[in-house]
Amino acid sequence: MASKNLDLRRFPGFLPLTYLCLFLLYAPLIIVMIYSFNDSASITRWDSMSLRWYQEVFFGVEAPKFRTATFNSVTIALIAATSATIIATMAATAMLRSGKFRGKSASFALINLPLMVPEIVTAVATLIFFSAIGFKAGYLTIVLAHIVFCIPFAYLPIAARMQGIEDTFEQAAQDLYATRFQTFRLILLPLMTPGILSGFLLAFIISLDDFIITNFVKGAGVETLPTAIYGAVRQGIKPNIMAISTLLLLVSVVFVTLSYFVGRMGEKNK
Amino acid sequence: MAAGPQPTPNSNTSTYAGFGIPLILPAWVIIGFFLVVPVCVMLIYSFLTKEFRGGVIWEFSLAAYDQFFFDRGLFGDEAPKIEWTYISIFWRSIWQAAVATVFCLIIGFPTAWFIATRTGRNRSIWLFLITIPYWVNLLIRTISMKFLIRDNGPMNELMLSSGLISEPIHIINTNLAVQLGLFYSYLPFMVLPIYAAVERYNFALSEAAADLYASRYVTLTQIILPAVKPGIIAGCILVFVPSLGAFLAPDLLGGAKNFMIGSLIEEQFKGAAGNWPFGAAASMILLSMVLVVLTLYARQQTREQG
Repeated sequence: MASKNLDLRRFPGFLPLTYLCLFLLYAPLIIVMIYSFNDSASITRWDSMSLRWYQEVFFGVEAPKFRTATFNSVTIALIAATSATIIATMAATAMLRSGKFRGKSASFALINLPLMVPEIVTAVATLIFFSAIGFKAGYLTIVLAHIVFCIPFAYLPIAARMQGIEDTFEQAAQDLYATRFQTFRLILLPLMTPGILSGFLLAFIISLDDFIITNFVKGAGVETLPTAIYGAVRQGIKPNIMAISTLLLLVSVVFVTLSYFVGRMGEKNK
Repeated sequence: MAAGPQPTPNSNTSTYAGFGIPLILPAWVIIGFFLVVPVCVMLIYSFLTKEFRGGVIWEFSLAAYDQFFFDRGLFGDEAPKIEWTYISIFWRSIWQAAVATVFCLIIGFPTAWFIATRTGRNRSIWLFLITIPYWVNLLIRTISMKFLIRDNGPMNELMLSSGLISEPIHIINTNLAVQLGLFYSYLPFMVLPIYAAVERYNFALSEAAADLYASRYVTLTQIILPAVKPGIIAGCILVFVPSLGAFLAPDLLGGAKNFMIGSLIEEQFKGAAGNWPFGAAASMILLSMVLVVLTLYARQQTREQG
């Protein structure tokens, strides 16, 4: 019986297609990683292995440009992800812990709105808006735009986590005369920590990842890592771009892995 | 509806009753002020007169929409004909997004099925493997794709040296390159919702079908596909919608001939060649198309849930 049962789950050709899927997803990234260690200045010919382009990234002619861009990217992502996480945590508490209130269903649509509007439309609208109110494009406009689209990404894991926490602990606290603020700070928040952290990390990556909206609202002079890379790639892919790509790729993978494990933290030993 | 013993703990508790509005307020302020209002301003801008060197003159005009849909000759004094330039760019975008969606479905469905039929740890490892690439910077993924499929890139080199082909295959700057790029950008969006649907699929149905002598193919098309259809539709929308307005894939992989909506809009905001009202109008048209798709989807969802 068991073998027959298993058989029904199996379709010929699905396994190869899954491997093909995995191959398609990873091949381009792995190739770029390999070629980033290529000593040759031409991206076509393979010479020998070296760390030359990594040295170039950190100490070469363009190093200051990329360093500033990295600094901008990281600080923007930190500010945007922190703000979005705070806003999303409050919003989740409102949506899941505060009973009914006016505009609740509209609020749900609003939080997800940044996911529905195409990125390029958000970019155009934000650019036009800042120009219309005479707000100078630059660092601050990037931060504000990033907070907006980070909110739904922070909200998803936070709300998912909150939904999984029973409110018996909070009720117990209230029965023992804890104020609502104490209940929130001493009971809900600690239980929420994994969800909040994983929401923060996702928002951080999303901010770090953004090119199109940043490109529209950055104005002249301020560059983030993606816009700097895009600018460099316009003239063709150079080996140092591959080295930067590899580094950024590793950062993303580390962050997602962290977010994944943090998000699952404490779920088993509840 | 009969409520099963499903533990949906406190999806609606009220420990903080009365604080709902102050708690949700920051989200309203930020998204309202920096997304809803901007979209409204953009709508207004699409009805203004263009200023050379970018920007607008505050004077009502239908010029942007007129330019989009009608051709009035070089001096604007001829009888209006339908202007096909922009419509065809939109049409090409729809086509490219649709092809990319089909690619994603062909590869994504078997993958989602395979993962959902794994057990325990294996399943989460597979899921994790599929999601990781999504979190890698889209720009970097697109650059990687460009690097891989160049005329003298590693893919051609490998196939040439192995004797599979005698001439390099020219992919870059073709429609196929853009489709590949879009496929690569959004593939995980197809896998995840289908995975979620297959996971909920009751395999007793397959057994019943098999007991009644249904072939594997019949079981797939008559039983499984209808059951997981919501996941397939969700996946298709999640791939199609962002593909429609994508910028990086057509820009980096498609070259000048394979213009899509994203590039058309972007061009209107770059320097002297720009035309802000026209860019705003094109954005509004794109947004309306997306909203139509999403509304149809929401309608269908509510109808199915009764």
